[in-house]
Amino acid sequence: MIAYILRRLVSLGFVLLIVSVLVFVLMSLVPGGPFTLADRGYSGAALENLERKYGLDKPVHERYRQYITSALRLDFGYSFAVAGNPPVSELIARIWPVTFQLGLYTILVSFGLGIPLGIIAAYHHNGLIDNFVTFVATAGIAVPNFIIATWLLLIFGFQNGWGEESKWIIGPLTAEGAAILSWDYFLPVLTYALAPLALVSRYTRSSFADVLTADFIRTARSKGLSERFIMLRHVLRNALIPMITVLLPQIPNLLTGSLFIEVVYGVPGLGKFFVTSIFNRDYPMIMGLVLLIALLWGLTYLITDILYTLIDPRIRLGETKGA
Amino acid sequence: MPPAPASLPVEPPEQLVQRSLLRDALRRFLRNRLAMLGAVLLSILLAVALLADIVAPYGLNEVDFSIVRLRPFIDPNHILGGDGVGRDFLTRLIYGARTSLIVGLLVPTISFLIGVPMGAIAGYRGGIWDFVSLRLIEIATAIPPLLFAMFLISVTGAGLGNVIFVLAITSWIEPARIARAQFLKYRETEFVLAARALGASQRQIITLHILRNAITPLLVSFTFAVPLAIFAEAGLSFLGIGITEPTASWGKMVGGSVKSSTVIVYYHLALFPTLLVALTMLSFSFVGDGLQEALDPARGE
Repeated sequence: MIAYILRRLVSLGFVLLIVSVLVFVLMSLVPGGPFTLADRGYSGAALENLERKYGLDKPVHERYRQYITSALRLDFGYSFAVAGNPPVSELIARIWPVTFQLGLYTILVSFGLGIPLGIIAAYHHNGLIDNFVTFVATAGIAVPNFIIATWLLLIFGFQNGWGEESKWIIGPLTAEGAAILSWDYFLPVLTYALAPLALVSRYTRSSFADVLTADFIRTARSKGLSERFIMLRHVLRNALIPMITVLLPQIPNLLTGSLFIEVVYGVPGLGKFFVTSIFNRDYPMIMGLVLLIALLWGLTYLITDILYTLIDPRIRLGETKGA
Repeated sequence: MPPAPASLPVEPPEQLVQRSLLRDALRRFLRNRLAMLGAVLLSILLAVALLADIVAPYGLNEVDFSIVRLRPFIDPNHILGGDGVGRDFLTRLIYGARTSLIVGLLVPTISFLIGVPMGAIAGYRGGIWDFVSLRLIEIATAIPPLLFAMFLISVTGAGLGNVIFVLAITSWIEPARIARAQFLKYRETEFVLAARALGASQRQIITLHILRNAITPLLVSFTFAVPLAIFAEAGLSFLGIGITEPTASWGKMVGGSVKSSTVIVYYHLALFPTLLVALTMLSFSFVGDGLQEALDPARGE
């Protein structure tokens, strides 16, 4: 098992290398450069000088070689587009805590509510809670979060005079960085949690419902085992595999932010930053964020696979099956 | 001690099993009220989308300045009101069904056709197959869809076909991972071992024995993929790289309604398309649940 994990970590390193090549080439193939976009207003000699200053006059392979040699020494370059050209790693370290907290609270809310709701729904098939879960799952996905965000802002913001709109907006970062555990996160988390709540409750329900009709559950019941014991020992273990496959990747997904939530609530976070740096052609920033996200997801996939073998010892990884 | 698998390894000759199981499943499905409701709703939505030219009361781009942002249920000639530039809203919704249902059906279908076989082989065969598939999944996860979409559309130009291609090519990862996990789990169960011992071919084991037991999370994933594709199309349009303006789509109608800070007064601009997306997804959930119950012989009675 440890050999397998080490192999996976080494191959993840190669995956990051391949991703860096692909994204670097992809970036340079998308038309427009950081200084040639129309709204920048540079032309002629000014443009040439800028491109030379940032090394953009060199061919792609040369630029990539430079990038990757410094990236391997953990120097990820300087942002092109952010005022003052701060280092990419410093910029990410400053922005990520806000998004990270938003994601963390969202994970706690959506998993904390979704798993119990899904379990109850599976046990009371077509009952009140079951229908409620179907409703929540539909509403949480079918009503886009920018609509919910806009409505919540209007209601809590000024319609009822419960507070000022700006109260619910996480302001620009202060010198001390992001506020920790502030009420400012309340509305964004409420909005952000709906879609993952839908996913969590729905997958939990269907995974449990699938196991509950199995013959071994009937056997366990007829043996006279307590319902609680059956659930913890028999149902949960068998329901977990499809659940963690889909639900665990929600963690890196939520921790790296959502464009729409961050735009509507004015959160200075990673999700919004990613999209703006793509539109600004802020190459070093895009690369830094892509590598960070690839690392997080790669580790999550590895953890998911390790959990499979812990949950079901029959599962063996890295072996070929005959036939 | 892990418990035994769901089905007992009692397998009458293949042909017989398949036929009677399918007939039973069909009977159970037809008796399931919610599933039938979903199927009927979906058929209606599809029929309206296909017959948009006949059903729609006005032309797609017919503009009447007197109904700009007309609120619904006021003018009986324009029962759902008018949009921001004075087009009949009901007409826009009917034509929007066309775009949105094409995107909402084709994108998940294509991505599942790519993802499920890949994940199934990775999970069932293991070894080098699993290694290569996993690396592909890791790489595909890391490439930002937005960047990929900008690149593709700069090469081929915007259009419905390209939007579907971009969305399908970036959304096969989840079905592939679900199929892989399910096959990893089921390939080690006793009924698969029994089937193999009885000389079932690899193809029979994959499609007949494992897929049927492993299908539930895939069905759920499909029902989620439908609305997600509809809104992803809107997201691309919102960022200026999707379907261009006169074409109507539900996602775009919802997205466009938020730009103005008038959501409360002109609530219909966001409400009706959102309701239609919800209705589409709900129908798929009902049909999916119905299929799951119909295909599980232990459930029917």
